[in-house]
Amino acid sequence: MASYETHDYDVLIIGAGGAGLRAAIEAAAGDLKVGLVCKSLLGKAHTVMAEGGVAAALANVDERDSWRVHFADTMRGGQYLSNARMAELHAKESPDRVRELEAWGALFDRTQEGGILQRNFGGHQYPRLAHVGDRTGLEMIRALQDHGIHQGIEVHMENTVVSLLKTGERVSGAFGYEREKGRFKVFSANAVVLATGGVGKAYKITSNSWEYTGDGHSLAYHAGAELIDMEFVQFHPTGMVWPPSVRGILVTEGVRGEGGILTNSEGKRFMFDDIPELYVNQTADSPEEGWRYTQGDREARRPPELLTRDHVARCIVREVQEGRGSPHGGVFLDIAWIKEKISNAPEHIRRKLPSMYHQFKELADIDITQEPMEVGPTTHYIMGGIRVDADSQMTAVPGLFAAGECAAGLHGANRLGGNSLSDLLVFGKRAGEYAAQFAEENEAVPLDTAEIDAIAAHTLKPFENPADDGSGEKMGPYDIQAQLQEKMQELVGIARSQESLTQALEEIQNLREQAENVHAIGNREYNSGWHTALDLDCLITISESIALAALERRASIGAHSRDDHPEKEEPGAGKYNTIVNKAPDGTMEIRRQPVDELRADLQEIIDEIG
Amino acid sequence: MGKATFRIWRGNADGAEFVNYDTEVSEGMVVLDAVHRIQAEQANDMAVRWNCKAGKCGSCSAEINGQPKLMCMTRLNDLSLDEPVTVEPMRAFPLIKDLVTDVSWNFRVKEKMKPFTPRPPDAEDGTWRMEQEDIDHIQEFRKCIECFLCQDVCHVLREHDLHDEFIGPRFFVYAASLEMHPIDTENRLEELKDSDGIGYCNITKCCTKVCPEHITITDNAIIPLKERVVDQFYDPIKKLFRVFSR
Repeated sequence: MASYETHDYDVLIIGAGGAGLRAAIEAAAGDLKVGLVCKSLLGKAHTVMAEGGVAAALANVDERDSWRVHFADTMRGGQYLSNARMAELHAKESPDRVRELEAWGALFDRTQEGGILQRNFGGHQYPRLAHVGDRTGLEMIRALQDHGIHQGIEVHMENTVVSLLKTGERVSGAFGYEREKGRFKVFSANAVVLATGGVGKAYKITSNSWEYTGDGHSLAYHAGAELIDMEFVQFHPTGMVWPPSVRGILVTEGVRGEGGILTNSEGKRFMFDDIPELYVNQTADSPEEGWRYTQGDREARRPPELLTRDHVARCIVREVQEGRGSPHGGVFLDIAWIKEKISNAPEHIRRKLPSMYHQFKELADIDITQEPMEVGPTTHYIMGGIRVDADSQMTAVPGLFAAGECAAGLHGANRLGGNSLSDLLVFGKRAGEYAAQFAEENEAVPLDTAEIDAIAAHTLKPFENPADDGSGEKMGPYDIQAQLQEKMQELVGIARSQESLTQALEEIQNLREQAENVHAIGNREYNSGWHTALDLDCLITISESIALAALERRASIGAHSRDDHPEKEEPGAGKYNTIVNKAPDGTMEIRRQPVDELRADLQEIIDEIG
Repeated sequence: MGKATFRIWRGNADGAEFVNYDTEVSEGMVVLDAVHRIQAEQANDMAVRWNCKAGKCGSCSAEINGQPKLMCMTRLNDLSLDEPVTVEPMRAFPLIKDLVTDVSWNFRVKEKMKPFTPRPPDAEDGTWRMEQEDIDHIQEFRKCIECFLCQDVCHVLREHDLHDEFIGPRFFVYAASLEMHPIDTENRLEELKDSDGIGYCNITKCCTKVCPEHITITDNAIIPLKERVVDQFYDPIKKLFRVFSR
């Protein structure tokens, strides 16, 4: 029998970024016992990386804004594949969620009137992003953390969950290990909330950290939940490209929101060349109009640099492919040029974009107040994820909830910048609230100890697998991870085809076999090699689901581009979501589900606003 | 750029030593890249904490050639590669393994501090009005990424081990961000004087020098807090006033 310590909770939250913390705070509002498991130290989760802001129709800067416009913007940005009820709840509730952060100590930048300041961002019709310079995510996570630690939540830092536990159809807890000594922990819980973030580590060039291995997606999938729209992976248009070691690190869209422009090697603002039909009426005709928009002129329309991320990323790839890229394979992002327009430009840039200034100064020897940056697309976010009920965030597995990036529905085929921070607040709260309700209404179920022993044995398998298979070329955990990242980048990246995706599925299958036999050296104590070996299962599962869904969608829409199917919709197929689940025989199945018809009142908003 | 040698602290609380690793280095690399390469190619089980790799999360704190730094923001260009680059864990905290230390004390300290307590909202929608110029200095404190390098370098913790009597620079910055917050109503001065041990700080400014966020910890946070403590507890006129107003 495996040895492990047991912790009993009413509600267990897995993941302590914005969504997990917000869910934990909500679940702990009554007198329930709440446990919070995080893979890193508290307050280090990926939310700290969010820079530009949190989208909420506060209408502090432009009183024409409202939840209806935010709803319409989100639906348009998602190419109308979003779950409309989620988009509605999100647009309606995000202002309260932002205001509440201020009551917990967050300090957003201010308007002249002393309210919360809002900035422009791609795809948002009005200045909508509440922000703190370019470190909004840090402010949010710190406010949630500093409030959360006084709510009686038990926090398990540096713990990784490797499997959910079920008793019958219901989720009954989770099994994991603590990093420090590698000891096992079993968490029993009446309800479990997954808030584990994304999958960026499946790709070679990414803005995501080591933690982003699709744990929640994979845990939910294996527990019987469904994954939807996994083909929609957001490649953020502006990651750093030089020097090589920083390739992929995010350059906030806020640079463009503040007036930054994209140019190619010929010095041309290429974004004016290709403006999608959905956005023609909302886009500036001239650089002059675009500049006025970024400076708050309410009559002006947005510059094409602030079109949606999927489109901007594709335009950058086109420039590079057609030989008009920058020296290191990107394009130029220039904010220094605004010195032509304002007198104290360098100081202004340092104040508005302090962490970008430091990032480039310290990592690339570039002074962004004087010279352009080199940027190119980087894997940033996954719109697809665990399918949840729009109101409660419960998955197909009773008692299992999901929120934040690992859940799906809000963003459709493409997420607007700023909508993830508001997503995790709105749906983090809802998941916590409904998980607490579920925990109160349902009796605890006993854990299945036989299942626990089997999982424990599987978790230790990397130590028992032979170090050498006789070939002399057996791959270690880091090698397998690196190969998977190479293949996903090459075959399931921005441009995909039936051929590349079929090949990807074969490669993934091959790597799965390698991963099952992977060997970890050393012992259980803070052993990164062992941890990487264990993360491989999640990475491989979600990579397969991305490739499979991408193969299924034979069209190019939002963040998903098929070279062999450039049209936006497959003839006669209508609008649909792809749904992946684990078949009874253990293989991965995929099907399509037509998008529900919009509720009449929501359809009216779309008809009226766009 | 060729090869370089890294002298990395390996081991746990039972015993540890420096181990030399040679690895390929290339343009633009930071120390964390080299450590990762060594981990992937030569030492799979090496323990290192990191997340964002962009100076925003404060996870990869270490001592590089004796200097407390973030590994992700320390470029090899700025180091001499003619000699081995020494990488060791923060010394003010107990070692867990290799480059990872037990920093949980910091989290316990924060939990004990009085939380943010706002005055009633200014507006009916539950919001407050604040001028940007009144919050600029607090936003400086809130830039803190909790890397704990300031704690690592503070001699009160590092040399005198006064973790039970002194909360360290990080939490003076935190206290300052609350005490100076325009809508906070709590008073933390008594704790700062007594249990938090602000008097131990003799303003050598070591913390300010190592802060990767360039927060002017000593001048903007600690000294003003010391002044407030003096005003409240040691001002003779106020003291007299307190005696008579009892």
